Amino acid sequence: MNLTLLMYLIPSLIMFGCGVYGFLTRKNMIAIMISLELMLNSIDINFVVFNRYLFPGQMEGMFFTLFAIAIAAAETALALAIIINVFRIAKDVDINKINKLKF
Amino acid sequence: MDYSQFLMMPQEIGLLIVFLLVFIYDTFMPARAQRFLPIFTTILFAIYTAFSFIPCQMGELFGGMMETNPATWVMKCILNIGVFIVFLQAIKWTNEDFVSVRRGEFYELILLTLFGMFLMISSRHFLLFVIGLETASLPIAALTAFEKRHYESHEAAAKYIFTAIFSSAIFMLGISFVYGMSGSLYFNDIANALSLISSKSILLFVAVAFVIAGVGFKLSLVPFHQWTADVYQGAPTAVTSYLSVISKGAAAFAFLIILVQVFGSAYHQVWEWMLYAIIILTITIGNLFAIRQHNLKRFLAFSSISQAGYIMLGVIAASTVGMASMIYYILVYIFSNLAAFGVIAAIERQTGKVTMDDYNGLFKTNPWMAFTMMLAMFSLGGIPPFAGFFSKFFIFVGAASTGSVAIYVLVFIALVNTIISLYYYLLVVKAMFIRQDECAIPYIDSHWTEELGMTISVMGIIAVGIASNVYTFMSQISDSVIHIFHLI
Repeated sequence: MNLTLLMYLIPSLIMFGCGVYGFLTRKNMIAIMISLELMLNSIDINFVVFNRYLFPGQMEGMFFTLFAIAIAAAETALALAIIINVFRIAKDVDINKINKLKF
Repeated sequence: MDYSQFLMMPQEIGLLIVFLLVFIYDTFMPARAQRFLPIFTTILFAIYTAFSFIPCQMGELFGGMMETNPATWVMKCILNIGVFIVFLQAIKWTNEDFVSVRRGEFYELILLTLFGMFLMISSRHFLLFVIGLETASLPIAALTAFEKRHYESHEAAAKYIFTAIFSSAIFMLGISFVYGMSGSLYFNDIANALSLISSKSILLFVAVAFVIAGVGFKLSLVPFHQWTADVYQGAPTAVTSYLSVISKGAAAFAFLIILVQVFGSAYHQVWEWMLYAIIILTITIGNLFAIRQHNLKRFLAFSSISQAGYIMLGVIAASTVGMASMIYYILVYIFSNLAAFGVIAAIERQTGKVTMDDYNGLFKTNPWMAFTMMLAMFSLGGIPPFAGFFSKFFIFVGAASTGSVAIYVLVFIALVNTIISLYYYLLVVKAMFIRQDECAIPYIDSHWTEELGMTISVMGIIAVGIASNVYTFMSQISDSVIHIFHLI
């Protein structure tokens, strides 16, 4: 494994870790959404880097990234629509207040 | 391009045609014709389901990205039957005032998610699989938020969408490691490349763990099950029944294909033990939490968690016997769960009552509904003459056929859990038949479509158990796709 590959892979994994950390600790739904975006984008970086440095003769990772970006956009749109609905009915996007369903 | 390969995917094409016709009807028909949209969709879907049983030419499509074989064909037929029953039970609900404005969307989104599940089942390439997975899970978030007046519906949708995105992110990270190791996204190419890698590779271990975690979220296996009960409770009952049977069945089958066909060479060293721990946790925790539930939808959510653990017994066997028993189990599970949800939906639609105490004395006022619910509970719990007993029996036999002592222990734990599960399934029966209540639910005049849906489910519960050639057929089917298991 060469050094250039690691120089891209390690920041991408740190980015994923930041996303997971944000997803677990943030209380605002919009901030959770941003953390999820971080995770999805770090996966895109992973695919592109693997493709560029390990398998330069083909394009499969690049194609996967293109589709993953489109899927991430769809996910964000839907999640934001749901957050807006929650805000309309609960007047809040704090997940500590959205806790009526439990046990 | 060779267009004749589209003839190998008639079920997907047919489903798309149904979707387009429903969409055109919903968009262009005048307002007074909209009332007949649900019945139109259901009849159209019934015709399609009948045609989907016709065996077709099967093989690889799109340069090996997709494969149709007898097993995927049977699985899609089973899902079609389940969706047909869900549609039947939803007709009356979608014609009510506050839902009727958006009833077209309900049917269109369900048909689209079903299309996504078909892609998941027959994909042999991870790009196609991810697209199928997202098509199957994202619209369900919109469906969960369908009851716009109810706060619970929105909270459930928010929980579902966040966990769905999180799980698919973890899943895709796992795939990116697999891609880095093998240089391909085709299932067969990955399998060939992975069989050369030492199975003690940490990267392989991490990748398999991430893939199991990602699909485990969809299947609500135990460390990843937290969203299930909330979403099942908050979603409209029609959506809950769809989510609990169809979505779970499709994901289980796709899970088997991925684990066996892609990671088959790492079976003994890597994922057998992960799955082993997950199954024990899933069955036990699902059962123990189900005991303390009073809301019937939450109760069935935990019951479906533990049923998912039983379904995974067919995956851990990783053989044709395991596959046959898993498909059989899913068929029986669809009938039993849909019978239970049919009763719950009919009662909730008219009275709004969903807790177990409300069902006290139901037998006096609504004997047929109580009888249906009783059969469903007996079948879920696995009491002999009904299909649930045979499905549990076959899946234990399938898991035990691997012959290892550890799996015998696993089957024994599952067997003990079956006894625990009988306790809480019989609690519902006890409430309906033995307890008395002054203010029991009055006689419910259910719509004929709901009755038809329940009748089909009950016929399924009884007939599938008695007709032994159903299982014989499944085992013939899975023997014909033995090439999937060549890595084990």
